[in-house]
Amino acid sequence: MAVPSYAGPLERTWYYAFRVFCAAVFIFLIAPILVIVPLSFNAEPYFSFTQGMLTLDPDAYSTRWYEEFLTSDRWLESIKNSVIVAFFSTFLAASLGTLAALGLSRSELPYKGLIMGLLISPMIVPLIIAAAGMFFFYSSLGISQSYLGLILAHTALGTPFVVITVTATLSGFDHNLVKAAANLGATPTYTFFKITMPLIMTGVISGALFALMTSFDEVIVAIFIAGVEQRTIPMQMWSGIREQISPTILAVATILITFSVIMLATVEILRRRSDRIRGIIS
Amino acid sequence: MAITVDASGDLSPEEQKRLKADLHRSLFRNKVRACLLVAPLVVFILVTFVAPIGNMLIRSVEDPQVNEYMPLTSAALQDWDGQELPDEAIFAALAQDLIAGRESKEIGKAATRLNYESSGMRSLIMGSARKISRIEPPYKEALIEADKDWADIDNWKVIKRLSSPYTTSYYVAALDMETSPDGEVSFVPENQQIYLKLFWRTLWMSMLITAMTVLLGYPVSYFLASLPVKKANVLMILVLLPFWTSLLVRTSSWIAMLQSQGILNDLLVWLGIIADEQRLQMIYNALGTVIAMTHILLPFMILPLYSVMKTVPPSYLRAARSLGANPWTAFWQVYLPQTIPGISAGAILVFILAIGYYITPALVGGQSGQFIGNLIAYHMQGSLNWGMAAALGVMLLVLVMGIYGLYSRFVGVNNVKLG
Repeated sequence: MAVPSYAGPLERTWYYAFRVFCAAVFIFLIAPILVIVPLSFNAEPYFSFTQGMLTLDPDAYSTRWYEEFLTSDRWLESIKNSVIVAFFSTFLAASLGTLAALGLSRSELPYKGLIMGLLISPMIVPLIIAAAGMFFFYSSLGISQSYLGLILAHTALGTPFVVITVTATLSGFDHNLVKAAANLGATPTYTFFKITMPLIMTGVISGALFALMTSFDEVIVAIFIAGVEQRTIPMQMWSGIREQISPTILAVATILITFSVIMLATVEILRRRSDRIRGIIS
Repeated sequence: MAITVDASGDLSPEEQKRLKADLHRSLFRNKVRACLLVAPLVVFILVTFVAPIGNMLIRSVEDPQVNEYMPLTSAALQDWDGQELPDEAIFAALAQDLIAGRESKEIGKAATRLNYESSGMRSLIMGSARKISRIEPPYKEALIEADKDWADIDNWKVIKRLSSPYTTSYYVAALDMETSPDGEVSFVPENQQIYLKLFWRTLWMSMLITAMTVLLGYPVSYFLASLPVKKANVLMILVLLPFWTSLLVRTSSWIAMLQSQGILNDLLVWLGIIADEQRLQMIYNALGTVIAMTHILLPFMILPLYSVMKTVPPSYLRAARSLGANPWTAFWQVYLPQTIPGISAGAILVFILAIGYYITPALVGGQSGQFIGNLIAYHMQGSLNWGMAAALGVMLLVLVMGIYGLYSRFVGVNNVKLG
């Protein structure tokens, strides 16, 4: 998109103004994330760049907040809890969501709109409402303040992502392949694992990653229904930011950013693979 | 199974019937199979997600405390007409309830509930309960002597109103209205209104944030859509990385950026734009909420806009130009109308997400940047007025569902895309 040679001075000014504006928005988007990284190596307990950091004095930088993070029992405990809850809820969400998406992609299913609306409702309903409702209901069932309650809640919140991504993968799925396999004598189970599964795998994995991220990042439901025993990383961050804000939070944030970079890259690679398999070259 | 065909090539009537039945059976079996695949998740969502919200709906109209912990008084008051002070029988029922409630130590629950409705009721009930062991019949005189508030007919009207196990009082209070002892509903004076003001603020701040995301997101999406795919994909990382980064990380980073000793203020002081003692207050107020939430929700606007803009052929704009339109007319008449679906999809998505926000306003909003979600959390965890939290939650839910209805009419549930 270059300036066409016939453009007048006004159009030229407009063209550069537009580019500057876009650059500013990109900076707005990315700056808060980039700023965190150097700040987390601050030697002082401040949330701001010190004189030494600006002059690139090596003494002004340190890894003390990372050490504090890795030696604190509360943080280590929260990592353990987050991993446990995220693992089980992702597994459950991916299995239930994939099955449901397979059903939803069949033309014979009645009330499809209604079912789809129900299944993605956890994504639409504000989390604070879901959290309040779950607090009452799970307490009356006696499963609040337990791993089970938190895992069930996070599974419910993660399934819409799996349903959406797998349904999207299945929309380009050629059902003749299944018929051909059956025609050649394969049993339905064999067909599922040999034909369907490899083709929808990218959708399943990216849906599962979304569900994993949801569970890993979820704080509202967690602060309502989890007890001290189940304290997750976001819960620990939440109380850290509210009570006394220390750069340890920034160290954790940097680690989480690294984590999301890996996630983003994985999802991107999967998306391209999926497009390639389905013959959509972009 | 063998199908016989007669000489003309047609199926015999019996064969046709059998074939139809077979087809029917096979279609039915497929239908059942599809339902069975969907069933586990449907049941799971109904139990773990829909049931809790239904439970909250019930809780918002449920009001069992007075009925449960003052059962005799509640029953006795059913036939009371509210014209004059209750008779001795009702006072006796009250005395029995106070004795029983004092023994089980649960009279306080009814007293607290009554106090939400009319302050002073708690001390009236608890004070009388303490004295009840020394009180002898006739109860009417004795109780009035113990506390003259029992002679106030309005207090009895409050007890009668709350004696039913169901109530609309939480909704009445959530709409900033109050019920007079005679049962008339009216708005509280404007300077005492909390909830309507907060609903109103939540709505207009969400609208402002939505408008900001359109304003910032539209040019960027247009820019991305006009680039070759390879370059666009690289720049897309700048949109997707924030999208994938934890909400708490982004919020805490805005605290580091905006606070008075933060990076932005330091930068402005260093550049000499503001003096050191005049550092701008950009956080812990409405401005902080708007900035942080605009940043957090911007990707939700850019992604649908971008995917719609990719489908608009650039030749349309060139055609408009070569037919004599100036750049503005070409954009306004040709390009913009074709991107309306993207704008509405993104705007409704951002708006729905914004009105339910809780974490970001709580951390960077201060007093003036709080949303309705914060008040729900306050009633859940602070004041422990759960009925009120439930009523506010249901009202917010109705609001979101209404907007979501619009969304599915304009965009369709099946068109929700991720990334």
